[in-house]
Amino acid sequence: MADVLLRNVVKRFDEVEAVRSIDLDIRSSELVVLVGPSGCGKSTTLRMIAGLEEVTSGEIFIGGELVNDLPPKDRDIAMVFQNYALYPHMTAFENMAFGLRLRKFPKSEIRERVEDAARILDITDLLLRRPKQLSGGQRQRVAMGRAIVRHPKVFLFDEPLSNLDAKLRVQMRTEIKRVHQKVKTTTVYVTHDQVEAMTLADRVVVMNRGQVEQIGAPQELYHHPRTRFVAGFIGSPAMNFLPCRLEQNGVGMRVRVSDTVVLPVPEASAARYRGAIGRDLLFGLRPEHITEPRRNDGSEARRGREFSATLDVIEPMGMETMVYFSLGGTEVCGRVSPENAGAPGEAMLLNANVDHMHLIDPETDLVL
Amino acid sequence: MTVDAINVSTPRRGSLKSSLKRNRRWALIASYIFLVLFAIFFLTPPYYMIVTSLKSDAEVARMATNPWIVADGITLDQYKLLLTQTDFLIYFKNTAIVTICVVAITMVVSVLAAFSLGRMKFWGSGILATGIFLTYLVPDTLLFIPLFQIVRGLGLLNSYWSMVLVYPTLTVPFCTWIMIGYFQSIPKELDEAALIDGASHMQMLLKIFIPVALPGIIAATIFAFTVSWAAFVYPMAFLYSSDQLVLTVGTVTSLIRADVYKWGMLMAGALVAAGPPLIIYAFLMDYYIAGLTAGATKG
Repeated sequence: MADVLLRNVVKRFDEVEAVRSIDLDIRSSELVVLVGPSGCGKSTTLRMIAGLEEVTSGEIFIGGELVNDLPPKDRDIAMVFQNYALYPHMTAFENMAFGLRLRKFPKSEIRERVEDAARILDITDLLLRRPKQLSGGQRQRVAMGRAIVRHPKVFLFDEPLSNLDAKLRVQMRTEIKRVHQKVKTTTVYVTHDQVEAMTLADRVVVMNRGQVEQIGAPQELYHHPRTRFVAGFIGSPAMNFLPCRLEQNGVGMRVRVSDTVVLPVPEASAARYRGAIGRDLLFGLRPEHITEPRRNDGSEARRGREFSATLDVIEPMGMETMVYFSLGGTEVCGRVSPENAGAPGEAMLLNANVDHMHLIDPETDLVL
Repeated sequence: MTVDAINVSTPRRGSLKSSLKRNRRWALIASYIFLVLFAIFFLTPPYYMIVTSLKSDAEVARMATNPWIVADGITLDQYKLLLTQTDFLIYFKNTAIVTICVVAITMVVSVLAAFSLGRMKFWGSGILATGIFLTYLVPDTLLFIPLFQIVRGLGLLNSYWSMVLVYPTLTVPFCTWIMIGYFQSIPKELDEAALIDGASHMQMLLKIFIPVALPGIIAATIFAFTVSWAAFVYPMAFLYSSDQLVLTVGTVTSLIRADVYKWGMLMAGALVAAGPPLIIYAFLMDYYIAGLTAGATKG
């Protein structure tokens, strides 16, 4: 177990800057997920930690040791690839033992370690099969086993679940978390799936265009995104963004979202926004905060948060129903109870829970 | 009504089924016809060789009998004469030595070359790979003139070891090309995984690439074997004394004396010479197919 530090790490491919100056502190035994859209530099960052890509500039430390010029085999890391990368001509056992054999471990210890890993991953019965005789999930387990047997300082996962079907993906996600809780090895995990990132990570690193947008615990990113990108990327369905104007309203403030919809700014956050009065901003609110009005909660403070909208599309999800409507020309998504959802074309009274609103400066894309 | 409808529809469905069956049968018949034609076309020369090799010289010379059958009784005299009265066994030994050396040299050089050109990105590797293939495009009928000078300069003229030197100029480029293709088809994550597992480049080649690319290696081996077993132009140009000759040139020069053709022995010699390639093909093909289908069925 070791911590991983990245200091001003830059990666340039010819003219393209894939990673522009990344700083990252990954603590020992932590599971950190790098997440972002494709091409954001997350895989490149992981590959630089692995030693599969050279660092253009900057420094990478694993367990306090500068590893910039160390080949992958001397970094004491193990990696799980998206396409498993199992050796097709070897059995599961041989695949897992390969790294240990190269490192000249005694036979008895190899057997012991492989069998231990197989027990953790529940693949003891499959050890004599070749990759072709295994299903996708089983191959993924063998690939993880190959990483575990080495007892490395750091595990690196490069989108390990993208090749699996939806059901298996959820299962393996839990499995990875379980294995991590058991072996407690520092883990860096790359994915483009924000749900995977949220569910797995101790801390999530959101990346965009080769830069770190925000680092934080899943709940922190969800509730307090620092940039428009993070606000829109984390959470599903994505946060609604509406052009708005922040106005003075007596002692308080309000946001004008459209000609008819004007929402009050809660007192708690008013102080933050004082400097932006009179400016055109972006109003951000998650679908789960646009709901049907709660009738038993008609207190004074809640007034003015309700508005009426004509529904365009209804998407029943079972437990809840997504409603889509247009507000000032922008499509907005809300999340209501199935029994309260209207029909397409009908008007529906909705409540905006502005306690969870975000205001974004469109010039800097920063959340105010 | 219902009964009528059933009565009408049943025969129609039956006829559809039988027409499908008929289509399939015709397709099969057509393929068999063409396969038989193909087989006849390609098996006629070997058949003629076998028949001729089993005849006595007298029968071969006699124009009156049907050349497609053995009329005067089967005799193995041609084979006996070939093996005892000519230098055929020396040619055979020379060819075997040359071929084994050439195949070994070719495979070592081309596997190493293909691995470095196909997998290890270095400056100029792409151009070098194309350049290697281009050398294969120069025909040996053109190349033997400058090579003659080189071989003479090395003092290897009229020595079958010169063949060990010149055949790889044909086999190495082509085999390297085949192997580059095979190595490139192996996902790059496989070498990255091996790299992380702690393999050196040599270990990666020996323990991962060669086993995974075995079908390609076998294809390349068959090619190198065929080229060096059947080459004609180079030995024709570089070898002349009978203790140095190889099968192709040796059989022809010793059994055709001016306008006297020893047809029976020529055919016998050609058949015996064709034996090793046949055996190698049969053996390696099995292995090749076994390699392709291993683990294809779920256990």
